[in-house]
Amino acid sequence: MIKEAKKGIDRTNAPKIVDAIDLDLRLKPYQKYILRNGVEVYAIDAGAEEVMMVEWVYYAGDWYEEKNLVAAATNFMLKNGTTTKTAFQINEHFEYYGAYLNRASYNETSTITLHTLTKYIGQLLPVVREMITDSVFPEEELTIYKKIMQQRLSVNLMKCDFVAHRFIDAYLYGEQHPYGRFSRFEDYEALTREQLVAFYNKYYRQGKFILFVAGKLPKNLEELLNQNFGDLSNKKIETVDFLTKPADEKKQRIINDPNGVQGAIRIARSFPNRHHPDFLKAQVLNSLFGGFFGSRLMANIREDKGYTYGIHSYIQNHIRETAWMVSTEAGRDVCEAAIKEVYHEMEVLRNELVDDEELLLVRNYMMGSILGDLDGPFQVIARWKNIILNGLDEKYFYDSINTIRTITAEDIKQLAEKYFQPEEFYELVVV
Amino acid sequence: MIQFERFKLPNGLRVLVHRDTSTPMAVLNVMYDVGARDEDPGKTGFAHLFEHLMFGGSVHIENYDEPLQMAGGENNAYTTNDLTNYYIQLPAENIETAFWLESDRMLSLGFSEKSLDVQRKVVCEEFKEHYINKPYGDAWHKMRELAYEVHPYRWMTIGKELSHVEKAKLEDVKDFFFKFYRPVNAILVVAGNVTVEQVKQLSEKWFGDIPSGEKYNRHLPEEPLQKKAKRQEIKADVPLDALYKSWHISSRLDKKYYAMDLITDILSGGGSSRLFHSLVKEKKLFSNIECYHFGSIDNGLLAIEGKLVKGIKMEEAEKAVDEELEKIKKDPVAEAELEKVKNKTESTIAFEDMSVMTRANSLAFYELLGDAGMMNTELEKYTAVTTQDILDESKNIFREENSNTLYYYSNN
Repeated sequence: MIKEAKKGIDRTNAPKIVDAIDLDLRLKPYQKYILRNGVEVYAIDAGAEEVMMVEWVYYAGDWYEEKNLVAAATNFMLKNGTTTKTAFQINEHFEYYGAYLNRASYNETSTITLHTLTKYIGQLLPVVREMITDSVFPEEELTIYKKIMQQRLSVNLMKCDFVAHRFIDAYLYGEQHPYGRFSRFEDYEALTREQLVAFYNKYYRQGKFILFVAGKLPKNLEELLNQNFGDLSNKKIETVDFLTKPADEKKQRIINDPNGVQGAIRIARSFPNRHHPDFLKAQVLNSLFGGFFGSRLMANIREDKGYTYGIHSYIQNHIRETAWMVSTEAGRDVCEAAIKEVYHEMEVLRNELVDDEELLLVRNYMMGSILGDLDGPFQVIARWKNIILNGLDEKYFYDSINTIRTITAEDIKQLAEKYFQPEEFYELVVV
Repeated sequence: MIQFERFKLPNGLRVLVHRDTSTPMAVLNVMYDVGARDEDPGKTGFAHLFEHLMFGGSVHIENYDEPLQMAGGENNAYTTNDLTNYYIQLPAENIETAFWLESDRMLSLGFSEKSLDVQRKVVCEEFKEHYINKPYGDAWHKMRELAYEVHPYRWMTIGKELSHVEKAKLEDVKDFFFKFYRPVNAILVVAGNVTVEQVKQLSEKWFGDIPSGEKYNRHLPEEPLQKKAKRQEIKADVPLDALYKSWHISSRLDKKYYAMDLITDILSGGGSSRLFHSLVKEKKLFSNIECYHFGSIDNGLLAIEGKLVKGIKMEEAEKAVDEELEKIKKDPVAEAELEKVKNKTESTIAFEDMSVMTRANSLAFYELLGDAGMMNTELEKYTAVTTQDILDESKNIFREENSNTLYYYSNN
């Protein structure tokens, strides 16, 4: 038996809330300085813990490579040996101070990221400098890297979601486009030390970079950065254009594992970038459609039908052209039913106005989520980084807040009519 | 130093308040003292399935998520072998919404057939996504069954088999709820931009009159001391052979825990760690290798797992792992090497403590262990570990008769 709570508390009515749309949301401004060589440094000095991060963003992503995987391999191997230190010694140095030195390679950029207790920053920066100016790319390290990456690829190729992820991008942009390229065994095999060294010389040693720093920053940080990086190259980089070559056939079904119990589903269409007037509104429609736990796709396909553990929609974070994507893994025998429901939800959004309550919920959710995301210096600098690398400014942030507050049900319906046209979507199931 | 205040409601609910006015957010975290180890061996996966059902509506609130999203909040939950944790983050102005939602589902769930029916399917899909349709996804199912004879750590939180979840009945759900999800078995932590007074008032208002329930006293079968090495071989459709080894270790509250934790960092976890350097880079036997443990509350397992480079024999790879373990058992680690892993621990703690959500979660966990104040003394305990402790603990753990080995062969 359920014992009723004492009289006096009304548990059936929600407590009063402040609508999150009424919250005063601000993006903490950055401080900016310019190093002697003209390199821009964006800084957020905040936080209670004595920790900080520095990120070097180089224009050295896939966009600039002539052979597939060269950008990623060069970026990875920055940590694998300089003229004075072996890979082991470099690792040992950062690890001794409890620091994390990561690198990552993206479409346009490649990064080096240092997280450390603030007190050790002075001991760490000179070694980062050494990696940027003096890496040697030992042949033996490259051999190990190639082998490890090929083995990892062989494991990943057994996962239906990994395979789906590769193919959907290839359909959307074409296999030759940096956004659509993917790794193959033979591409790893073909990597040579000479290619890496040439890429390194051109895009790191004589490349262009921006710095982002955040956390509890030491007083002499600008001086430290100037000392270690103020004399490095900071040249303008020539950028070539790639044309997308979307696939002709929109509906694809692939069997990757004859015994697989689930299928990976991707449904996607091309979409303009952040500078397009529809972009911010589309973020609201996306939230409503499949962007959070309370979205239409989750409510229908997970919470009502139980076809999947999770289903999400999102707009890819690309600087140039991008895509609107629906992604899920569903039971093998319910994949087609799940796809039907995705199109059904698009249809409902094209045909019916969202009611006030649901729209308010989405607005409040999005605002609360941004407020939560901005909690802490690393989160704030990450948002700035995205704004800056996309060639935008703080107006973009405040416009997005304003769009969340003011978009109407009609706007959303119009947007759905414009973009949720099933014939525009690529559709892929990998079992 | 993480400051907090603690009080207890008359119904036994323990409440902790951690104030941080630098954030506009508040976090409400409820930890229940129940995990997969408390399940009946014939009904495994239940604690986790139950976690899903907690979002299927409570006695007065049909939909849990909507009002929270309306208040600008987000939530999630997780289940481990030891405990179940639910947390909400939302703008501090709306903290009462979190009290309302969490207290109603502690008062009673809605127990809807529809919710059970759907979540059974969702959990089955989760089971498939993570453990069936993934290469090596069943390795830990096998390893737990190999390593444990009687302790309920024998099974994973997702459950022993799909059928246990598929067969769950509403009656089981009700029994489980009223046995475990009572104030006396729960810890509430409220953190962020709140005051102690406010939390006291809201806790009494919303949680104060929930019937206290009976304290759950755990009587789990104790795992007998393992006296003989255990081995198993399996074959599966995976591209590479993999080696899994595990050794029994002591409980989370044992003072040896800290040396054991540092041993895993000495062996793996960075480019200068021993196993990676020796076996991946120098001898080129593995394409990756890791050493870790689960931080289990009861006596747990320390594990080493790695994927072999194609063409390398399993026996050769295992022998090389054993040689590394012989070294750490024979020669004390260098002071600098110990210093390195201590520095790493200091930095990991500092980074974790940046998030108010993690702080709330840690306070609840340490309170569950016995005292939230332990959160502030952890670093000292790591600092106190000596090279002799590392040597002693390595000898104690890495004994042949204490080991479990799984050869996971590729069919190809």
